[in-house]
Amino acid sequence: MLHLLLIIGAIVMSGPFIWMFLSAVKPLDQIFAVPPKWIPEPFVWSNFIDSLKAMPFGKAYFNSFYISIIVVASQILTCSMAAYGFAKIKFPGSKVLFILFLSTMMVPMQVTLIPLYLIMDAIGWLNTHASIIIPSALFNAFGVFLLRQFIMGIPKEMEEAAIIDGANPFQVYVKVILPLIKPSLAAFGIFSFIGVWNNFIQPLTFLSSQELYTVPLLLSYFKGLYVTNWALMMAGATISVIPILVVYIIAQRQIIEGITLTGVKG
Amino acid sequence: MHTNKTKWWGYFFIGPQLIGMLAFSLIPLVSALVLSFMDWDGFNSAKFVSLSNYIDQLSNDNFITALINTAYYTLLVVPVGIALALVVALGLNNVTGSNVYRVFYFMPVVTSSVSIGVIWMWLLNGDFGLINQLLSYVGIEGPNWLTDRKLVLPSIAMLSIWWGLGTNMVIFLAGLKGISKTFYEAADIDGASPLQKFRHITLPMLSPTTFFISITTIIGSFQVFDQTYVMTKGGPGKASYTVVYHIYDTAFGRFDFGASSAAAMILFIIILIFTLIQFLGSRKWVHYE
Repeated sequence: MLHLLLIIGAIVMSGPFIWMFLSAVKPLDQIFAVPPKWIPEPFVWSNFIDSLKAMPFGKAYFNSFYISIIVVASQILTCSMAAYGFAKIKFPGSKVLFILFLSTMMVPMQVTLIPLYLIMDAIGWLNTHASIIIPSALFNAFGVFLLRQFIMGIPKEMEEAAIIDGANPFQVYVKVILPLIKPSLAAFGIFSFIGVWNNFIQPLTFLSSQELYTVPLLLSYFKGLYVTNWALMMAGATISVIPILVVYIIAQRQIIEGITLTGVKG
Repeated sequence: MHTNKTKWWGYFFIGPQLIGMLAFSLIPLVSALVLSFMDWDGFNSAKFVSLSNYIDQLSNDNFITALINTAYYTLLVVPVGIALALVVALGLNNVTGSNVYRVFYFMPVVTSSVSIGVIWMWLLNGDFGLINQLLSYVGIEGPNWLTDRKLVLPSIAMLSIWWGLGTNMVIFLAGLKGISKTFYEAADIDGASPLQKFRHITLPMLSPTTFFISITTIIGSFQVFDQTYVMTKGGPGKASYTVVYHIYDTAFGRFDFGASSAAAMILFIIILIFTLIQFLGSRKWVHYE
């Protein structure tokens, strides 16, 4: 009985994705059929090709991928560095600075959006990928906080052995800390990838040339143009959803545990 | 160790993130505050206008509408979303194969708001959408979900609940796992019914989690923008016009950066109040354990 309810729930939760996919491969006349035609006949795979042709989805994919990879890689580096600095090194002002980091987590993104837009305009980064990449790459208070928690849990003895051997803090960070927090870094990395990939309001605000668009931004633009061709739109939506769902299915354990740990939606 | 040498290492390690925080969070935050006291269209020179942007905003029909819409949306999303997440978490807590279910329930969470919006526009389509087609099986003629003034916010709330269910469910599951089995064993000895156990053990022991989830969900709901931008552009009329939509539209539609910043600061203050409640409430959380 419980299983029956849970299965119904699972269908409700994944149903929209299944319906999206089925609609994406339907001939246009079957998409509006009443009663609904559940299984397309025939499968119109060319909807995907038409949709890829109608809009530069390939370019948007490339943009999203390379932006996400740069941001994730630099966040892993800079957040773990800062986390190590705050967790293990005593220096004047570290407590105040850490509290400052924590406080910035309370600032809603929308508050800083307009000044950020003006800053990007002033330094000539508006309508470039730098405006999307650099702020995220260099700043993630939440990542610093999360990784600091993990590094705090590493026993002192582990570093002390290396320090006695004459290692400087940088060598300790690279040879002792990083290997020990690898699983946390992986979880954080996936987490940050999803966040960057799905980011919408910043690309929407900072980017104006279509060839710079990321996947969500292009999909939103696509929607505006093909509002009546639902088969094509569902093909576009499918194209936009597939990579993130693949990442999710591969890494679902870490993603779910990461969210449990943090309670923050990506 | 507090030697001069380790001091410099400390600054070295936090350096990149510190620069990032200053440049992309602290300076913009201070600028937003300054801008909120200015009259500026982005082209002509800015003029100090004291509190008039705030006063204007609080008597601005669009902003009031946006506040009311956002509050209404939050009222729809928070109770239903939390209750559903709790029910699902309870169902998954002691069931075999819960990992498999978790995969499905969590799927929407990772998907971008834009994709979610486009998919649901199709599901909610008044003429051919799946929801109305399913309703027609039971003899109900479905409405035009997204073009009806009364239904547009409930519709967006519905998809937001679906979108966020996985997150809250997973946090509830973690909370449930944290309740010691001994409480239930003791209750069993006393002959408590499942409902009594839920009412007197699960619910109180889970209250810190519930509290955390309600505050984060409220804060998230205050910031709703993507769905309304993608699906309805705030319409029909101003029926789905939300606070962040107003902030965005005032800045980039009307080029009134001062007014937009004032609206953003008001949103910030609201969020700050709820964060403060969460912080004060978290003391209770420690107490509970």
